Amino acid sequence: MNRLTVLYFASLRDAAGVASESIEADNADLRGLYETLRERHGFALPAQRLRVAVDGAFARWDDAPRAGSEVAFIPPVSGG
Amino acid sequence: MKRFALSPQPFEIAPLREQLLSAHAGAYASFEGWVRDHHGGRAVAGLRYESYAALADSEGERILSEAIERFAIVDARCVHRVGDLAIGELAVWVGVSAAHRDAAFAACRFIIDETKGRVPIWKHERYADGEAGWLHPTPPEVS
Repeated sequence: MNRLTVLYFASLRDAAGVASESIEADNADLRGLYETLRERHGFALPAQRLRVAVDGAFARWDDAPRAGSEVAFIPPVSGG
Repeated sequence: MKRFALSPQPFEIAPLREQLLSAHAGAYASFEGWVRDHHGGRAVAGLRYESYAALADSEGERILSEAIERFAIVDARCVHRVGDLAIGELAVWVGVSAAHRDAAFAACRFIIDETKGRVPIWKHERYADGEAGWLHPTPPEVS
C-alpha cells in the first residue's frame, strides 16, 4: 500500500466534498487509482476526459502511484 | 523573468504593457477577456475562477516560452484572474511585442487559445436563475 495525497478541483472537489485527502492505495497505475476514487465519490467525469498530475507536473495515466506523492486530477479546464 | 501570473485581485494593464516596450519592437498586440452576462443562452450573474496554482504557473510559463520559440516576437506576458469576478471585469490579459504586426497578432492568438485549453483554471458560473455550475468543456473532435 502507498500513502498518497490526492487533490480535487472544481466539480470533482464538489463531488468529493473535500479539496484533498490522504489515502492508502494499492492500484497499479494512476488510471486505476482514479477509477477507485471515482467509485467512492461518484465522479461523473471518466478518466479519458481528465488529465493527471503528480507533484505539480503533468503525468501519464499508466504511471505507477508513488508513496508520498501528491496526485491531482485535472478536469477539463475553462479559463480565459 | 516570470511572464505568466495568476492574480487574485484586479490588476492594471499599463505596467504590464510597459514591460514589453523595446526599441526592437514596432508592434504590440493585446487581448482582454471580460466576464460577460450570458453563456449558452443563460443569463450569468457572476463567476469564480479557481486554479491549481502550482501547475497553472508552470504551464502558463511553458505556453509563453513556446510562443517566443514559434513566432518572431520580442516578448509576451499573460495574467489570469482567480477568485470572484463581476460582469464586465477583466478575466485575462495577453500582451505581445514584436518587430512586425503579423507575429504579434499570431502569437497573441496562440497564447490565449493555449491558455484556455491547457492551463488548470476552472470557471464556476452563477446564473441569474439561481443555479450555478462548473464549466468542463468537451474539446473539439480532432479529425
